[in-house]
Amino acid sequence: MKIPNSCRDISGLLLAREDRTLSLGERLAVRAHILTCRACRRFEKQTLILRDALRQWRQSRQQDQG
Amino acid sequence: MNRPPQPVLDADALARQIEPLRPTLLRLARLQLRNEAWAEDAVSETVLAALQGAAGFRGGAQVKTWIIGILKHKLLDQLRLHARETTVAADDDDGEALDGELYRRDGHFRELPEKWADPCSELQREQFFAVLEACMERLPGRQGRVFLMREWLEIDSAAICQELAIAPTNLWILLHRARLRLRECLQLNWFVAASR
Repeated sequence: MKIPNSCRDISGLLLAREDRTLSLGERLAVRAHILTCRACRRFEKQTLILRDALRQWRQSRQQDQG
Repeated sequence: MNRPPQPVLDADALARQIEPLRPTLLRLARLQLRNEAWAEDAVSETVLAALQGAAGFRGGAQVKTWIIGILKHKLLDQLRLHARETTVAADDDDGEALDGELYRRDGHFRELPEKWADPCSELQREQFFAVLEACMERLPGRQGRVFLMREWLEIDSAAICQELAIAPTNLWILLHRARLRLRECLQLNWFVAASR
């Protein structure tokens, strides 16, 4: 199997991480790539911001004051 | 010594509290189900179940939190009921085009992803949530449904596959596209505007 290493592969894994557990190999590939890739670091930051925003949205929609 | 009994809302009082929530319930039902008739069914059933369960509702719990909990169950019921219709529909997406806009042929990003500022600061939370909902609404039907099942109903991927009888790889493709689209939509309609 090909080792994921393009930004397309890595950002794909960063999105997949929201919906499934990555394998050890996938996690290592992400870590290694991100060390040297500014674009994917930015992309990762975006996925984390979105994760948190969705959580806050969910909360606000089910609370009385929302 | 007996403590005074917990105040329990009677059905009329509860109905009065539920009525103003109806538009919110309907909006969230539409967002999840992407079908007007199903959404209305889900909301009617929710209100009915709430009124029937009024005796079990303790005044202490929050009405909205309680009724949203009921709504989520009713939404899942509707999704189950219409599972075939929602998954058999032709794929309504051009994943390739989306891919081409974001990545070069060699797999690099075409442009450096933007720095996003926290969208949930106190001042702009509600505006951001409105844009977020508009972007989720714009997702193609199947993508929107599974995405909301994940993020709104908080069902894990394996359970979604079971409920809708679809293969994990199919689900992951749908969710992947939904997340890319949502990111793109927010980039254009929120983060760009916010940074000006």
